[in-house]
Amino acid sequence: MAHDTTLSDAHAEHEHHELPTVFGFWVYLMTDCIIFGSLFAVFAVLRNQFAGGPTGKELFEISGLALETALLLISSITYGFGMIAAHKGQIKSVQMWLAVTFLLGLGFVFLEVKEFAHMIADGAGPDRSAFLSAFFTLVSTHGLHVSCGLVWIIVMIIQLSGVSAINERMMNKLTMLSLFWHFLDIVWICVFTYVYLASMI
Amino acid sequence: MSNDHSAAHGGSSHGSATSYIIGFVLAVILTAAAFFVVMGHSLSPSATLTAITVLAAVQVVVHLIFFLHMNTTSEHAWDNKVFLFTLGFVMILIVGTLFIMDNTAAHMMSR
Repeated sequence: MAHDTTLSDAHAEHEHHELPTVFGFWVYLMTDCIIFGSLFAVFAVLRNQFAGGPTGKELFEISGLALETALLLISSITYGFGMIAAHKGQIKSVQMWLAVTFLLGLGFVFLEVKEFAHMIADGAGPDRSAFLSAFFTLVSTHGLHVSCGLVWIIVMIIQLSGVSAINERMMNKLTMLSLFWHFLDIVWICVFTYVYLASMI
Repeated sequence: MSNDHSAAHGGSSHGSATSYIIGFVLAVILTAAAFFVVMGHSLSPSATLTAITVLAAVQVVVHLIFFLHMNTTSEHAWDNKVFLFTLGFVMILIVGTLFIMDNTAAHMMSR
């Protein structure tokens, strides 16, 4: 009897569920969240282990951080506008917003790589201290995710140029990329708060 | 045909231009506040850390609601369960790690 109830309940709820692919992608994002959680835990433990090397306060610049944060935040809303256009079926508009999002994300990655290059050139590379090892591992893992998102955006722009209507499958892909992109923004909130700002206090 | 279906399916939870703009404005205000609290140096270090922690937590919630469209409808019930599990998992991971490593450091007198 109990089994029957569960089945019929599941069936009744089924119509309100979102698609399994999107739920599966959400589960992937949660596992990604655990990876970032581990890296934040490592950073929290090693954040003061400078080994006589430079501290975060000496290394980080607030203007560069503000610019990176602004680019990522603006890219979030431009992707949002892309999703709205997608739900209206305006393919050209979706491609335009995806391209804008791509450029903003590319700017973010460019600034981050430039920052890393400066630090390494100044002798503050990942091999200098435990603090810097943890810093480079955490921040570059986020940067790698953003770079993968950029590749995904290009793939979506190309795929969209070959269709005349946005079908359900295409909509799923755009929705999952949307979740991915906004999730990275959430990780960045924790990065700029606990890695950068907390080091500048 | 399939186009109509997807439009109908996502109709309830994909957000509108207004909700995206509200989320964006809130995120900008919260980010700017965190930067100003740190740059202003008007609070004590521990108060500054508390302030930016609260601002970050609020901003994460803003992003979840306005950008990832999380809500309490039955459509999202499983998303929310997995999310809460992950939240608990990550909290235990981070707080547990800090607790153990601080204890170790204290007993080894390495700090």
